[in-house]
Amino acid sequence: MDQLSVEHLLGIKYLKTTDIDLIFKTADHFKEVINRPIKKVPSLRDITIANLFFENSTRTKLSFELAEKRLSADVINFSASQSSVKKGETLIDTVNNILSMKVDIVVMRHGNVGAGVFLSKHVNAKIINAGDGTHEHPTQALLDSYSIREKLGSVKGKKILIVGDILHSRVALSNIFALQLQGAQVKVCGPTTLIPKYITSLGVEVENNLKKALEWCDVANVLRVQHERMDIKYFPSTREYTQLFGINKEILDNLGKRIVIMHPGPINRGVEITSEVADSDQSIILNQVENGVAVRMAVIYLLAQQIKR
Amino acid sequence: MSKKTLLNSKDIEIILHRLACELIENHNDFSNTVLIGLQPRGTFLANRLTALLKNEYGIKDLKLGLLDITFYRDDFRRRDSPLAATSTKIDFLIEDKKVVIIDDVLFSGRSIRAALTAIQSFGRPENIELLVLIDRRFSRHLPIQPNYKGRQVDAINEEKVLVSWKETHKKDAVYIEQK
Repeated sequence: MDQLSVEHLLGIKYLKTTDIDLIFKTADHFKEVINRPIKKVPSLRDITIANLFFENSTRTKLSFELAEKRLSADVINFSASQSSVKKGETLIDTVNNILSMKVDIVVMRHGNVGAGVFLSKHVNAKIINAGDGTHEHPTQALLDSYSIREKLGSVKGKKILIVGDILHSRVALSNIFALQLQGAQVKVCGPTTLIPKYITSLGVEVENNLKKALEWCDVANVLRVQHERMDIKYFPSTREYTQLFGINKEILDNLGKRIVIMHPGPINRGVEITSEVADSDQSIILNQVENGVAVRMAVIYLLAQQIKR
Repeated sequence: MSKKTLLNSKDIEIILHRLACELIENHNDFSNTVLIGLQPRGTFLANRLTALLKNEYGIKDLKLGLLDITFYRDDFRRRDSPLAATSTKIDFLIEDKKVVIIDDVLFSGRSIRAALTAIQSFGRPENIELLVLIDRRFSRHLPIQPNYKGRQVDAINEEKVLVSWKETHKKDAVYIEQK
């Protein structure tokens, strides 16, 4: 199979294992391309892509933009802070206005859950979800799995721990779907208040003791505490959070094995992870960023392949 | 559907030796030359020629790269079946080198056009030559001609040229097939 089974990338839960395999196989080729002296291929010369970011982003937006430019697509950018959204325009109107400028693919980040799904039903373009509220962030999960596969050979059978603010994290949910689809075991760890009540129904185990959880896993994916999404106080203080769930060198050195440390960024150094750990050779944080471009190139390339003129 | 043998394994062996000698005439010890086999089908010919040049003609430092042109093709999204990429393995720079692109059959010239674009990602070569086993005359869409050719064929468009290699089909041969 050389074609994705989906028409849009709205979430990992819509993908099949074969889709993930195809994306990774294609990303391998693009990883080779972005390590060449000239890092650009002309495949998407006649494709126009709009990056619509209704929520702030630096890493994801840059990564998508770079991926699009490396494929030679024309790119237009849009941030909600400078737009007519503030003047009361609806999402469909905003997007339809942009589409009438002949856009083929829309990459969208939005604060509302399901914004991508909603848009895919109403507009005539390929939609790539770059994060919708606390729901899904599929390309992040894909690049995380890709990085694990690159570091450990495969994802199947590996034990992956997700530590931190699971409740507000779209990265956590997409990662759980992606890892389970590829046959990995997933455990989450964090303060009880930041673990969703029904998370075990997804087949995920919960562990509140960080040391025990780290001893179990091969890979720990550390998430940031999302203060901006918290309307009430979920834990007494940042200092207490760091003492109970912060990852430092001492705790890693006492494990008796070397685990891989990941972080989707942005890092709050000294809160969920110390600088010493983030910059150590156990961490693959910067590999994740590099792989992000290759994986996003693969997703865009494979979706663009379905566009017929 | 009938199949006619154009070249048998003996013919191909003679042709490979001749092509190797022609390359040596123009490139001496290959110190400033690199061979680039086009993925997927040109790589068999490229590997065979490389082995021949090394083992039979004593060329020592021969650089061979494999180039995939999928992302450079001009028929992306115009085909019914999607294109699958293969790997590119070029672990040297081609800046100021003489490049010989190697493919099995030259038909419309579009693959070679894509290869000429793709190769620029690895530097600016001094010059580029083209070596093919079969040159299908009269079927070109672009002004591209080979510098070295094994055999010229006047096949019409309804006919198909099939190249089989020992490595994949147990024997070396070239056939012409009526569609």
